[in-house]
Amino acid sequence: MENNSTSHTKSYASLIHCTRLFRGFEKVNQDNQIGSPNRNIQFLLNNEIVRVSDVEPTKSVLSYLREDRFLTGTKEGCAEGDCGACTVVIAELESEGLSLKSVNACIQFVPTLHGKAVFTVEFLRRQNNGNLHPVQQAMVDKHGSQCGFCTPGFIMSLWCLYNEHQEAKTIPIRSDVRSALTGNLCRCTGYKPILQAADAMFEVAPVTFDNDGLRDKLLALKTESPSTYSHTEGQLHSPTTTAELLQLRADHPEATLLAGGTDVGLWVNKQFRTLSSIIYLGDIPELKSITQNDQYINIAAGVTLSNAYKALAKHYPEMNQMWERFASRPIRNVGTLGGNIANGSPIGDSMPALIAIATRVVLSSVRGQRELLLEDLYLDYMKKDMAADEVVTLIKIPLPLADQAFRCYKLSKRYDSDISAVFTGMAITLDNDLVSDVKIAFGGMAATPKRASHTEQFLLGKSWDEATAKQAMTILKQDYSPMTDMRASDQNRMQSAMNLLYRFYLETRPVNPLTKEMTDVFGEV
Amino acid sequence: MSRKSHPHESAALHVSGEASYADDLREAAGTLYAAVGMSESAHANIRSMDLAAVKASAGVVAVLTAKDIPGINDCGPIIKDDPILADGLVQYIGQAVFVVVAESYMQARRAATKAVIDYDELPAVLKPLDAKAAESFVAPPMQLVRGSPQEKLANSPNRNSGTLSVGGQEQFYLEGQISYVIPKEDNQFHVYCSTQHPTEMQHAVAHALKLYFNQVLVETRRMGGGFGGKESQSAIFACLAAICANHLNRPVKLRLDRDDDMMITGKRHCFEYDYDIGFDDDGKILAAKIEMVTRAGYSADLSVPVATRAVCHFDNAYYLSDVDIAAFCAKTNTQSNTAFRGFGGPQGAIAIEYLIDNIARILGKDPLDIRKINYYGKTSRNTTPYGQTVEDNVIHELTAEIEASSDYHQRHSEIQAFNKTSPILKKGLALTPLKFGISFNVVHFNQAGALVHVYVDGSILVNHGGTEMGQGLNTKVAQVVSHVLGVDLGIVRATPTDTSKVANTSATAASTGTDLNGKAAENAALKIRKRLCDLFVERFGGEVDDILFADNNVRNGSHEISFNELVEQAYLERIQLWSDGFYKTPELNWNKDTLTGRPFYYYAYGASVSEVLIDTLTGEWKLLRADLLHDAGNSINPAIDMGQVEGAFIQGMGWLTTEELKWTPKGKLATHAPSTYKIPAVNDCPDDLRVKLFDNKSKFDTIMRSKAVGEPPLLLGFSVFFAIRDAIASVADYTQNPELNAPATPEAILSAITGLQQP
Repeated sequence: MENNSTSHTKSYASLIHCTRLFRGFEKVNQDNQIGSPNRNIQFLLNNEIVRVSDVEPTKSVLSYLREDRFLTGTKEGCAEGDCGACTVVIAELESEGLSLKSVNACIQFVPTLHGKAVFTVEFLRRQNNGNLHPVQQAMVDKHGSQCGFCTPGFIMSLWCLYNEHQEAKTIPIRSDVRSALTGNLCRCTGYKPILQAADAMFEVAPVTFDNDGLRDKLLALKTESPSTYSHTEGQLHSPTTTAELLQLRADHPEATLLAGGTDVGLWVNKQFRTLSSIIYLGDIPELKSITQNDQYINIAAGVTLSNAYKALAKHYPEMNQMWERFASRPIRNVGTLGGNIANGSPIGDSMPALIAIATRVVLSSVRGQRELLLEDLYLDYMKKDMAADEVVTLIKIPLPLADQAFRCYKLSKRYDSDISAVFTGMAITLDNDLVSDVKIAFGGMAATPKRASHTEQFLLGKSWDEATAKQAMTILKQDYSPMTDMRASDQNRMQSAMNLLYRFYLETRPVNPLTKEMTDVFGEV
Repeated sequence: MSRKSHPHESAALHVSGEASYADDLREAAGTLYAAVGMSESAHANIRSMDLAAVKASAGVVAVLTAKDIPGINDCGPIIKDDPILADGLVQYIGQAVFVVVAESYMQARRAATKAVIDYDELPAVLKPLDAKAAESFVAPPMQLVRGSPQEKLANSPNRNSGTLSVGGQEQFYLEGQISYVIPKEDNQFHVYCSTQHPTEMQHAVAHALKLYFNQVLVETRRMGGGFGGKESQSAIFACLAAICANHLNRPVKLRLDRDDDMMITGKRHCFEYDYDIGFDDDGKILAAKIEMVTRAGYSADLSVPVATRAVCHFDNAYYLSDVDIAAFCAKTNTQSNTAFRGFGGPQGAIAIEYLIDNIARILGKDPLDIRKINYYGKTSRNTTPYGQTVEDNVIHELTAEIEASSDYHQRHSEIQAFNKTSPILKKGLALTPLKFGISFNVVHFNQAGALVHVYVDGSILVNHGGTEMGQGLNTKVAQVVSHVLGVDLGIVRATPTDTSKVANTSATAASTGTDLNGKAAENAALKIRKRLCDLFVERFGGEVDDILFADNNVRNGSHEISFNELVEQAYLERIQLWSDGFYKTPELNWNKDTLTGRPFYYYAYGASVSEVLIDTLTGEWKLLRADLLHDAGNSINPAIDMGQVEGAFIQGMGWLTTEELKWTPKGKLATHAPSTYKIPAVNDCPDDLRVKLFDNKSKFDTIMRSKAVGEPPLLLGFSVFFAIRDAIASVADYTQNPELNAPATPEAILSAITGLQQP
């Protein structure tokens, strides 16, 4: 899951100290009434208001639903956001309106639900007077469940898709359906009947989701509330402005920054880390903005991968396949581009692609702001040029250059939701068939996302022909000495990287370039 | 009522989240949670174990070790070499060493990581071939020889020898292993367990707690997938939960986290093959010799029957006159491998398919031609290496049908033309057949019981010894009962499997669920039907043979009465309206020493055609189209059977392509979660997937003349692997045999391509 990371990795010490500090609040929490400095977590659960004041800050939405609310329709299959058995739908008011998205409940923490709405599989029958919802009926009719354990998760992903298209009065095409289901594993059916169910769900009498009603309820939920949730197990701060965030960061350098939780959730579920101090980034509207000027597409650090994808698709269609293969829909719905970049995993997908197009990143702290090339952020394995009080706030992606050819290629065992063995972003500019500018970056080949400086140096000024490409492939060995792990051997990584460079050549050579249809097994997305 | 594509009996519950799995049951007050402390060494004597930190961890109520087991510290299904908790010696990383019980699930798991164990390391054997070299086996090797293979090989005009590796496979049931044990009065225990084998769980728990079987009740409503992984290996968790519940006299739930589940439990056996084959110029096999070495893991578990089935499926659909098949169950310091859909059958059959593929390329022929001339005959060349006559062979007509319906030959030429002009991407096509033996290879397992209750209101309850894991067993059994009694399916309800109802049940395994339990339920329903018929004749006259049960009515030429009314009258007449039923598969015999006999009542057949596209630069690939044709006999429920066929195909494809198990050099499983272990996902299912059931009726007296369908279609996935190999071979113009091992990951594919290009 490393490449889905959305949180900023920070060392965090003195946890014991913090825990002790908050012991004093225990009493306050228990009689959490008027005058309490503590936040009462307030959200809609299946359309009804719920208030929570006694869960540990890292309690997962999944265990809350199952253990505290007896809503056992939502299942645990992996507790790491990779199987989708726990898929629920979260709705929230965003600047562009109400958004509904499928989410893995196993890696979301309960306090982050504040101000949002959660829908579980139990809601659907209620929505249709006790009868099966069209999505459910279609799954029954098409024999889409066998053991049934993954089924509620599929139902929720499809329900989200159904509502989205019903609102837009459209019908999803097969690729939309496939994309919506990339986060749901089924071991029994082989997926065919589920795909057929998705086709059939619009063939029965429709059930309309009450968007307006939900919007009103969510608006009513928006009340002034302390920004800190305290519990004996720790604190979760939810700043609402960047300034507030930076101050908190300065005050709590040991705190864990939490955005989509797609990495942090695993720390809790799998590594049993106790996070006694968390700063949640999801309530800061400034961090969700996407703007554009004549040079850059500016993506704020809290923008989800799904939204970043949408913003970049029209400028960089070359990235579309990467986005489709980047984790899964529910992970992209919560994971942020800023988190992926700030985590800086050597096997993350976005960095090599963005480095190849000279992306810049803005770091902010109470001391001010500074901007650097994305590649300069990464110093060594999981080490970044980032001070303890700094936070990634903005990613500046240059608009495409007219004469630049850009590609990114992902290599993994499986098409959907698989961490790359090798990932690369490559951009080249030719001037009269000579290489005038080139940027090649790889993931999975070194301890950090890293540019192929020797190879680039070699290529500059050369004629972009077969002999050059073949030579460049061997020089690539000077740039990387990859490792062997469960995803690929060192040798295979090197050979694949060289071959990907060759593919890039074939697709971008001035004479008789090969089309995507001739080089890409997976075709157009 | 019968032979209809009724939805799964739980479909509406599945889709609404109302279907209860073991973890969804409302917990009894005072429930505690257990977690397993695991070995961190692949092979070691434990010098000392410091559990103080575990005990001191928040919420911990108890920490138990081997010495706290009142009965036998073993849960092995056949051979007693499977300690529930390691006692001094650990034999793989992940082996259960202690169990901790806490107030919450997370507290128990957190505590389980806090042990300090001092290991006195011993040499670890991590690879099957190393184990074979060291003659380290979990059971004696087995060998089946027919004819004079050595002599025939020596005299063959053509010969081909080499090696092949085929990887294992994690079951990846979506619902992890779980047992929930509630202590009852008088030292009895109620065990809710996600298992394919409640009776074996009952036995294991009773042995561990030193109880009679009648003190342990195991109940299984449904599993969230089993695939073989919950046949024997649910036992350790049932035992651990029971030991804790017994010790504390409190309800204890043991639910495995996914990573722990994958670290502890066994998988499909990987196989290493060493082959030598002789054939004539037409490609007819004259003799074959194969050595199969399989990774049993640290204990025997089900490895011997798995290897036996592999031996009995090396022939697949082909007549092998002179053959020498040897199998070795290598003892390695890794998880103890276990049942997984196909149970060695796929591993046996894929080897011969690989050899057929080799012969074709050596002779410059289409592999399909080689397949066809080696098929079993209908009246001659029809005895298997283990001596069973193949009496129901339909592989010729089945192949002919799919050859035509898939447009095999036209596409074969088109693909060859495409490959000539496509520089980077290459296409491949393959048609592979299957023949799969149905019955447990152990004769006495082939028995089943059922209970049918007809209540006075006409509603019917059926209980049987099989378990529901998604395969639709309960739906089919209910259909059988509704057919016999002529009532709507909706009035027939299947109950959870329960060892206090039908006793001494067999595992729901070997594809036999419907065959055995359907017959037993039919038998029970027929007894009730007979009693109702007698009453009908008493009331209305006529002959029993003229009575028809249909459309919720009972009638003959002159009289008609509703089923419900007849039932009511029967009750008033004090006629027994419930019955037991029993079935044992006829005609079976098996000599495990000579590996001969009739282990299978009948065979199921199938074939598939797959077309793939590969990237010769990276080894990435995509399935473009697949055609599946499968013999489910006279299907009781075509929709359910098609679901089995499609699902098994994709699962078989996953085994041979994306699913790769890797261990670190120290023997720790590195692929222990879905983030690192990749089962097929939605985009692995092609848009163009054409599935059809072969029009057939079982030649034998099977339940409603249907055929078992759970495992056989897993072999349909072969065609994907061989289509990939075909595409790779195009790089060298089909003149060389690519050395492609399974799983055919991008790395394996690229390596096979590189192997071809080198001089």
